[in-house]
Amino acid sequence: MQGTGKAICLPSDIDTDLIIAGRYLRTKDRRIWAEHVFEDLDPKLAPRLAGAVIVAGKNFGCGSSREQAAIALKEAGVVAVVAPTFARIFFRNAINIGLPVIEADLACTEGKAVTFDLSAGWVDAGTGRKKVAPLSQRMLAIVQAGGLVPYWKVKR
Amino acid sequence: MGATIVEKIFSGKCGSTIRAGDVVMAPVDGAMIHDITGPLAIQKFYEMGGERVFNPRRIIMLFDHQIPADSIEAAKNHVYMRRFAAEQGIHNYDICEGVCHQVVMEKGHAAPGEIVVGADSHTCMYGATGAFATGIGSTDMGFVLKFGALYFRVPESIRAEVNGTFQPRVGAKDLILSIAADIGADGATYKAIEFCGDTIRNLNMAGRMTCCNMAIEMGAKAGIVAPDTITWDYLKGRREMTPFILNSDPDAKYEERRSYDVTKLEPQVATPHNVDQGVPVGKVAGTHIDQIFIGSCTNGRFEDFTEAAEVLGDRKFSDKVRVIIIPSSRDEYLKTLRAGLIEKFVTAGALVEAPSCGPCMGGAFGLLAPGEVSLSTSNRNFKGRQGSTEAFVYLCSPATAAASAITGEITDPREV
Repeated sequence: MQGTGKAICLPSDIDTDLIIAGRYLRTKDRRIWAEHVFEDLDPKLAPRLAGAVIVAGKNFGCGSSREQAAIALKEAGVVAVVAPTFARIFFRNAINIGLPVIEADLACTEGKAVTFDLSAGWVDAGTGRKKVAPLSQRMLAIVQAGGLVPYWKVKR
Repeated sequence: MGATIVEKIFSGKCGSTIRAGDVVMAPVDGAMIHDITGPLAIQKFYEMGGERVFNPRRIIMLFDHQIPADSIEAAKNHVYMRRFAAEQGIHNYDICEGVCHQVVMEKGHAAPGEIVVGADSHTCMYGATGAFATGIGSTDMGFVLKFGALYFRVPESIRAEVNGTFQPRVGAKDLILSIAADIGADGATYKAIEFCGDTIRNLNMAGRMTCCNMAIEMGAKAGIVAPDTITWDYLKGRREMTPFILNSDPDAKYEERRSYDVTKLEPQVATPHNVDQGVPVGKVAGTHIDQIFIGSCTNGRFEDFTEAAEVLGDRKFSDKVRVIIIPSSRDEYLKTLRAGLIEKFVTAGALVEAPSCGPCMGGAFGLLAPGEVSLSTSNRNFKGRQGSTEAFVYLCSPATAAASAITGEITDPREV
């Protein structure tokens, strides 16, 4: 499974409160989450996320278990998130909703194309292919299906 | 090779020898959903073709984050969940019982050797009973509601051995803030933290809950304390169970071993905007504060209010700060009330609210304006967590919060 997008560079320890603030958790409308994603980090970021690959520092998605964080990113058009490490609940949530997450420590240049192949296990931020641990067969199948719900429907 | 508690719990549940790193489908003994993540979990349950939940008696439902409904949207979420509970025959504690994690503990929904999941990151608190408990997202919860089981990657364990006796007015919260500063915000990602040693053995359940609650602040999947007489005593009247031994073997394989000595531990304060930015209180003493919050699943128990009241004595809270006190459950509220502490706090100038998450998540009330500073006994001080992104949140123990509430600035509880 391959993908590409322009890089958006973010620092370490981006928590789920920063991805989608608690005040937006009353609604079940995912367009509202997408509209307000990263609002507390940078209010101008949300409209730039369509077709983007987020390249972040360590511990991306730490904090709350809110799946709304992963959904907000996907809904805003984020193609994938690359970080040296992810908080585990976010990592699982991302897989479960079909948002590719790649564990890699990349030097990030804003706006530069980032290409990846989840099955083969590499990511390229314009400086050559960097090998990464490929997702397990099951995780890959879930992401390819678009998340655990569609995966489950097909499997059934 | 011996096994850790966590490996033993999974082996017991799966009926075979399970080791850290194994990926297993394990049955779940309890599943908790609340008003923030519950609606999405229920939606996922239906999307996966769910009709009946796996076992209504094993599902714990309550509302605590936005109660009483703080908006029409929140009210609609509550209605949606109430309907689901009625349709599925799930007992719903609704808005009156308290903060989810405290309610799970005091109603006996978590016990030694069990696997409990919750659609909330601080679910790891139930490890204080010797259960394996972990927070999950809404899709995973939808799956659990339907099947009563979930895939787990069995975590490696970090052994945190704590010894020594606390100085007066220093306790579990100071310990866990110092451990978080040591391990770091992601130092335990995917791992379980097993708390052990004499200090942990001497901690009451309230203190053990405070420690396990904050395991997630180091990225951990779970925090756990081996059950002992304190655990079994706590479970009496909450859960019919014959005590048994559940311990890590002496030759169990740990990812890492860390030791802590609390003898000289000073009161700790986590500075904005990360939980692992803990420093001895002296380093930030004198910092101006606008609001103090004593409560949350981390520190909203009777023991915490007793600690705060002891520091307060017969004094008044400073009129320079707003002091908000929120017991974490109806039971904790009643204990605090009957001991005369609610009256004491109100007389001293505090605002005492009914059990809820309160300002902790910044989703309902008690929000901060730009530039304001909060000192809180809760578990997170992320940017924007309690309101404005331009506000500052410091975390501390109930003793430090009470001392600071007297002076109106961050204060060492040993000096008031």
